[in-house]
Amino acid sequence: MAITIQHHLKGSIIGGLIAMVLAVPFIGLYTVSTDQGLVVQTRWSWVVWSGVMVLVGSLAVALLRDVLSARRAGRPNRAAGTKPKRDDALTAKLSKGFAIGITLFAITLPFMPFSDRYIMDVGTTVLIFVLLGMGLNVTVGLAGLLDLGFVAFYAIGAYSFAILSTTLGWGFWVCLPLSGLIAALFGALLSMPILRLRGDYLAIVTLGFGEITRIIILNWQSFTGGPAGISGIPRPSLFGLSFDRRPPEGLTSFHEVTGISFATEHRLMFLYLIALSLVLAAAWVIKRLRALPIGRAWEALREDEIACRSLGINPVASKVSAYAVGGMLGGFAGCFFAARQGFVSPESFTFMESALILAIVVLGGLGSQIGVVIAALFIVLLPEVGREFADFRMIVFGIAMIAIMVWRPGGLLSQRIPTIRLSSIKGEAA
Amino acid sequence: MNAPLLSVTGLTMRFGGLVAVDGVNLTAETNRITALIGPNGAGKTTIFNCLTGFYKPTSGELTLNRPGQLPVSLQTLPGYQVSRHGVVRTFQNIRLFPRMTVLENLLVAQHVGLMKKAAFGVAGLIGLKGWRTAEKEAIDRARFWIERLDLTSVADEEAGNLSYGVQRRVEIARAMNTNPLLLCLDEPAAGLNPKETGVLGELLQGIREQFGIGILLIEHDMGLVMGISDRIHVVEYGRKIAEGTPEQIRSDERVIKAYLGEPDEEELPAIVAEDVAGQEGGRA
Amino acid sequence: MDASALGTFLQYLINGLALGAIYGLIAIGYTMVYGIIRMINFAHGEIYMIGAFVAVTTFSILAAAGVTSVPLALLLVLVMAIAFTAAYGWTVERVAYRPLRGAPKLAPLISAIGMSILLQNYVMQTQGARPKPLAPVMNGGVTLWQGDGFAVNVSYIQLFIILLTVALMVGFTQLINRTALGRAQRACEQDRTMAGLLGINVDRTISLTFVMGAALAAVAGVLVTMYYGVIDFYIGFLAGMKAFTAAVLGGIGSLPGAMLGGLLIGLIEAFFTGYVSGAYKDVASFSVLILVLVFRPTGLMGRPDIEKV
Repeated sequence: MAITIQHHLKGSIIGGLIAMVLAVPFIGLYTVSTDQGLVVQTRWSWVVWSGVMVLVGSLAVALLRDVLSARRAGRPNRAAGTKPKRDDALTAKLSKGFAIGITLFAITLPFMPFSDRYIMDVGTTVLIFVLLGMGLNVTVGLAGLLDLGFVAFYAIGAYSFAILSTTLGWGFWVCLPLSGLIAALFGALLSMPILRLRGDYLAIVTLGFGEITRIIILNWQSFTGGPAGISGIPRPSLFGLSFDRRPPEGLTSFHEVTGISFATEHRLMFLYLIALSLVLAAAWVIKRLRALPIGRAWEALREDEIACRSLGINPVASKVSAYAVGGMLGGFAGCFFAARQGFVSPESFTFMESALILAIVVLGGLGSQIGVVIAALFIVLLPEVGREFADFRMIVFGIAMIAIMVWRPGGLLSQRIPTIRLSSIKGEAA
Repeated sequence: MNAPLLSVTGLTMRFGGLVAVDGVNLTAETNRITALIGPNGAGKTTIFNCLTGFYKPTSGELTLNRPGQLPVSLQTLPGYQVSRHGVVRTFQNIRLFPRMTVLENLLVAQHVGLMKKAAFGVAGLIGLKGWRTAEKEAIDRARFWIERLDLTSVADEEAGNLSYGVQRRVEIARAMNTNPLLLCLDEPAAGLNPKETGVLGELLQGIREQFGIGILLIEHDMGLVMGISDRIHVVEYGRKIAEGTPEQIRSDERVIKAYLGEPDEEELPAIVAEDVAGQEGGRA
Repeated sequence: MDASALGTFLQYLINGLALGAIYGLIAIGYTMVYGIIRMINFAHGEIYMIGAFVAVTTFSILAAAGVTSVPLALLLVLVMAIAFTAAYGWTVERVAYRPLRGAPKLAPLISAIGMSILLQNYVMQTQGARPKPLAPVMNGGVTLWQGDGFAVNVSYIQLFIILLTVALMVGFTQLINRTALGRAQRACEQDRTMAGLLGINVDRTISLTFVMGAALAAVAGVLVTMYYGVIDFYIGFLAGMKAFTAAVLGGIGSLPGAMLGGLLIGLIEAFFTGYVSGAYKDVASFSVLILVLVFRPTGLMGRPDIEKV
């Protein structure tokens, strides 16, 4: 034991020293713009502190890992050297329980006494990311096709609604399916030239599609409003009732009809509930699709494309449909996003968004819908919780992403739940 | 006599300057087990790849004669369409969907029919009756093959976690779930022990008898080949050097030469025995 | 084509080559790392950004210290930038990628994205979010061709960029082809397990690959700082994306391919900006990439990827 501590201590000291070296040009030295050009200033004590912090941190992590692995070794099944038999029936039950629990929580949340505007707002953001994550999960998680430009579908959905509503005056409920369809169409188009590409080549090409979309939106002034974006997008209505204080022409407002006094909270609640229904609908559809031939073909494609071909599955059709369905969900999310903000601009659709959505899918565990929910909560809430540290929250966020991957490379929920079980079908001899 | 189920004439496959298959003719018939043998690198798997749509042959005619239907030229089909016409294959180095269960693997094999019944997802999504019946039939068919190949205990396991021998059986079951006319097996006995090989032989004969389909087999295990084949084709350096019943092949001079390099007093059956013994020894 | 049009063309060509050389230097880092561990090092653009910041700081220190000799200053800046950036490259691999050897394919990619976020915000917090302007280090240039109402100029800095890149490429190719380190690296590329069994220290070879890639990115960072005279914490993203595009265009895993891809992207940008529109230059680069990949799915100089059945 003493030897391992000594070993860890040595490693941590080396780590601390390296950190100090790395800290010199960025923490120790910094440049300030003055009239005479850049002037270098120093803060050497910070360098020492970063060394100490890394030393203590890495020592703590090393010791913690020792303790954890010792505990794991203490468990009987591990000690015997046998692979613990994973009970996937239990996992399935647990995730079903969790799914029901989180759904109930999400439905009742707006009606809780503690729920306020802030909670509704953050909750809606979480739901948008859940929807985006579910969409990308179809492409990446189920069909195994990498997509680093998923934000394109989000943008296309948002701009479809923005343009249709501001030019033709169409409402949210008409544009929602249209936005999804337009995004799905782009998904299918996008998949055409890249059918022959594999793995890492897909990464850059899809990233390119995302960037091309953003650049076109940014520069096509007359159509998209360019960098200024499009404003004055109508908010969703409830059976013709508006949630605005002064409803647009032709609509009556919710507070007038119901007699409830006007409150912005109602609109936020309403938006939250729309987002929630979209998410629940998407979750249900994807769950069904997984057990249908189209969904099974996606997963089979992820597992082995050659075997798929030998069984008569058309890989082209599977890939196109996976991009289209994923894109469609992205389009729905975009349409909703535009309706919620009342305003869209290219800034909301950068590569960073694509990266975060992909992170949600991978952190959650490829293919797992519950995983998407947990990871979306994490990705949205961590920076929110960290608002006090404002400046450092993105640094912590980056570290957390690395740490989770190192800790669980397969994602939080890496176990696949089968779509069907022979043992649970009533026996009927063929 | 009717045209054979599959007739291959003048099949040639070139890769750049290399002629992997050179003018091979062969036939496979319904209700018969046909074997394709030859030394390593003789071009057997290349023939399979041409047959099942993975390679476009340089030249040659691959005709599938389905009972009561027009003949199909397999080489003109897009690769994934071949199995839709009734020719399905397994792979030398097993290609299952490792993270899906055995049952799911077998259901994927019924994709084409189910996709139509599900109206490309729409009927399935809302759970129409037509779809539910089709799904039940598909599960029943999968269940039938699971029971037939003794896979009941592993039906809900991920295919990738199963042992090699079991995976081979799953792959055959999966191929049979496409309802084929011709089942092409690429070294199904590789990696199996003699007992498993024996069971495999019985299984293949059983399938042939019960379903009357044609089986085309690449195999190195001479015991198995000689035991179950109705007809054997021998290839060497991309050319066919002999064809006949097991008895004829056993005594064919060219075949013995191909396997031994030069004539020898030893008979092929002796080599066969050695082959089996060698495999056993290798595993012990 | 009249003289003026030809002159304009030549000027774009020179601008494109200088820009392309920088992209090429960054692209080599992507391609080498991909070659050896089959992962896209998304944080590589940030490594280049780190190089640029070290360059700015060092230039400022030298200016304060009263160093006036340009060659001496350049040498010192290059040495400092390479040393610190290489240290960052090494650490990034050690912390974020080494624990993920053998993990599912997407895990290192996400870890790299996390690293990219971390480094960007780290630099933003420590150095400030505002752009850093730098007084020009190298002024002037040569007029190659003076015609009627047009001139073809090559600035000293452009010349320096192209010459240094050529020198580095030659030296680097020798390093990979001739030395034991290069052999070890190529062996690891082909079969890491076997290389390990033959006594090659695989971890060390991979670390050195990151160090080499970071060193070249540092040079690119120094050159960009001098070329544009202004940098900020966000430059890594765009440059990284373009260099990545260049690496894939050339055929990821191939060193000459990365250089060729870099030059092509530089030229496409320069010509497209000159003749069509600056706003859509990135659309042009990506479109060329997609077009090339449709016909050559593994890039211009990548080995064809044969599907084994």
